[in-house]
Amino acid sequence: MKLTSTKALEEWQAGLAERERGRSSARRVRVCAGTGCLANGSARVKAAFEAEASARGLAVPLEFAAESTGCHGFCERGPLVVIQPGEIFYERVKPEDVPEIFEKTVLRGEIVSRLQYRDPNTRQPARTSGEIPFYARQHRLVLGRCGEVDPFKIESAVSRGAYRGLARALSLEPESIVSMIKESGLRGRGGGGFPTGVKWESARKAPGKHRFVLANGDEGDPGAFMDRSLMEGDPHSVLEGMIIGAYAVGSRKGFIYVRAEYPLAVKALQQAIVQAKERGLLGRNILGTGFDFDLEVCRGGGAFVCGESSALMASIEGRAGEPRVKYIRSTERGLWNCPTVLNNVETWANVPHIVLNGPAWFRSIGTEKSPGTKIFSLVGKVKNSGLVEIPMGTTLRTMIEDIGGGVLKNRAFKAVQTGGPSGGCLPADALDLPVDFDALTASGSMMGSGGMIVMDERTCMVDVARYFVDFLAEESCGKCTPCREGLKALQRILHRLCSGMGEPGDGERLREIGRTLADTALCGLGQTAPNPVLSVLRYFPQEIAEHEGEHFCRAGVCRGMYWPRIDPEKCVGCGACRKACAAGAIRGTSRTPHSVDRALCVTCGACLEACPFSAITAVRREDPE
Amino acid sequence: MNPEAVPTTEAPESLAFDLQDLFKATPRHPRFLLPLLQDIQSRYRYLPRASLKLVADHLQIPESRVYAVATFYKALSLTPKGEKTVKVCLGTACHLRGAASVLDALSRSLGIPPGGTTADLRFTLETVNCLGACALAPVVTVNERVYGQMTPGRVAELIREESHHEAD
Repeated sequence: MKLTSTKALEEWQAGLAERERGRSSARRVRVCAGTGCLANGSARVKAAFEAEASARGLAVPLEFAAESTGCHGFCERGPLVVIQPGEIFYERVKPEDVPEIFEKTVLRGEIVSRLQYRDPNTRQPARTSGEIPFYARQHRLVLGRCGEVDPFKIESAVSRGAYRGLARALSLEPESIVSMIKESGLRGRGGGGFPTGVKWESARKAPGKHRFVLANGDEGDPGAFMDRSLMEGDPHSVLEGMIIGAYAVGSRKGFIYVRAEYPLAVKALQQAIVQAKERGLLGRNILGTGFDFDLEVCRGGGAFVCGESSALMASIEGRAGEPRVKYIRSTERGLWNCPTVLNNVETWANVPHIVLNGPAWFRSIGTEKSPGTKIFSLVGKVKNSGLVEIPMGTTLRTMIEDIGGGVLKNRAFKAVQTGGPSGGCLPADALDLPVDFDALTASGSMMGSGGMIVMDERTCMVDVARYFVDFLAEESCGKCTPCREGLKALQRILHRLCSGMGEPGDGERLREIGRTLADTALCGLGQTAPNPVLSVLRYFPQEIAEHEGEHFCRAGVCRGMYWPRIDPEKCVGCGACRKACAAGAIRGTSRTPHSVDRALCVTCGACLEACPFSAITAVRREDPE
Repeated sequence: MNPEAVPTTEAPESLAFDLQDLFKATPRHPRFLLPLLQDIQSRYRYLPRASLKLVADHLQIPESRVYAVATFYKALSLTPKGEKTVKVCLGTACHLRGAASVLDALSRSLGIPPGGTTADLRFTLETVNCLGACALAPVVTVNERVYGQMTPGRVAELIREESHHEAD
């Protein structure tokens, strides 16, 4: 059924919401079907619930419904299941658990305590997701519908308010939407932080017959998956934002560019486009207003540089994704030399909320210069890994300690890496930094798309710099010399430092090459490429000096640059290190302190990782046994 | 890899005929170059040499441009890949949680280096820079199946399980 007016949309929405309310007291189970939970077997869990319901003779879906939803964000604990009534939250549910859950929770409202989330520090169980600090400290605006709606059913999203922003937008003049976005202070969520409204305005004013709107879903930063979850979990929020943007700037055609590595996101978006077209929310004569807009999904080809705006456009045009020099902004001459607005998918998903609630409301969240929320993927050596949406200005400490639950195995915190390969590593004394575009840039890192990787004392910062430079050297498209050759030069020095062959002056050489690269590279990839190296030089000079002059790796990561030593005071003789050692270099009997036989040790670091009591440390090669 | 073991990259004689449906569904506009190559890649698990010429003819663009795109993107390959592509994520979160040792173990068990394909064309081993499933680090995918929290010890189990699956 095609909707032919905004009134028809409102009526349909009201009807769906009414039906939802009628069912809210009914027994329902929401099973997460995001990539993380699917990997842990959530499809089998959902099937088990359906089988159980029909075995018990319950009428599906009237008396009982099992629904798939998008990502809940707490991927490490999957499969996640939420049971109505009561919003009861279970983690790591297996198909074998289903009969018991059905018997106790679905039919009698009792809790199966072994499936509840327990706070890693206090062991307190949580009944609903709202009681879990991981969720309680968040401000879920853009992710609001993720985990609540079925991404493959437009009705599910519409019943929860999708396309209300579009209905409002279509009642306004396009110019006033542009000024609304400008007033809201929304900045690009892909990392650059460029004011979205300014971009829209210049594209709207640029001369040209055709205009394009694009969504950047080429989320290439290792350690970041916000965009994937959003596209998979609530694709209609991205569509709605883009339709509003197209109306505002006067575009009739848009593309969503999605990474090759995200097949589920492609499927969800394609299905959402088909369903939106069927309902007259996309395509010709949208909601009877005479506005036409069509949207297409482009699959990327597996090239990191395609996240860069001009490379992304080249890729959509069917060419190799190489960036070009941007003397002229893409808002004037972008895709096929037409005025083009390119925003990150998270930026687009913010738009309907701003149109619906107004710029003043948006400005009331976050900080003055960076209003709104930002989604981060909190990963690495942290207890609670997953997606975190917080108001801008929240401190790194709140994110890592309160939401993340602290460092894994209660080890000492060493650094947090933000901004992906273009970002930097910040040390412990930067933890009270508020997270917003300007504060992070001033500290030598950057917001980036929102990856936040926690590192502990067992992480070697020189190795981390080497890791990012290896990544970038491989992904550099090779078009400009500073990036192609500069990264190779950095790579050579870092490999030398990490294999015990560091030469005096290497740190200084890194700094000089890094600065030159930042000043001379053609595109954003090259200009920000030395950031990981420069931030390690700035905050962890000691580790660089140790690698350079003493050939010592204090973290026990770089092979042949340390010896593991077991502290006899701390060792309880549990044997964990002995079992972990593939070289058979650990001597000792149960319940007596162990020791390392240096003649056999290959410095693989397995014992340091295995010791639950932090009794093993890395010492200098010349230190006595 | 042993060159003897590499199957011929000669296209099936019927290639032009086999690709007819794809060409029919694809408008003659250069912007469909990448999607068309992706479709051919997913059908044959590589781009047969002759297909590049056919694509160039269909889209009315020089063959050199097809070649440029075919060699630029990592998702495209000019040599045949195995039935199953095992991808080891080396993203930051996976790197920190020990992805390198998982890769070593897979490489040893399959007897091929990263980037290689087994002689029987069953498995290709690849590394990727991030699969966006960082909370499950270290992550390995086989075609579209995701294996989270991998350890070198679970590698044998993964290969056993995948060997039982039919081709996807």
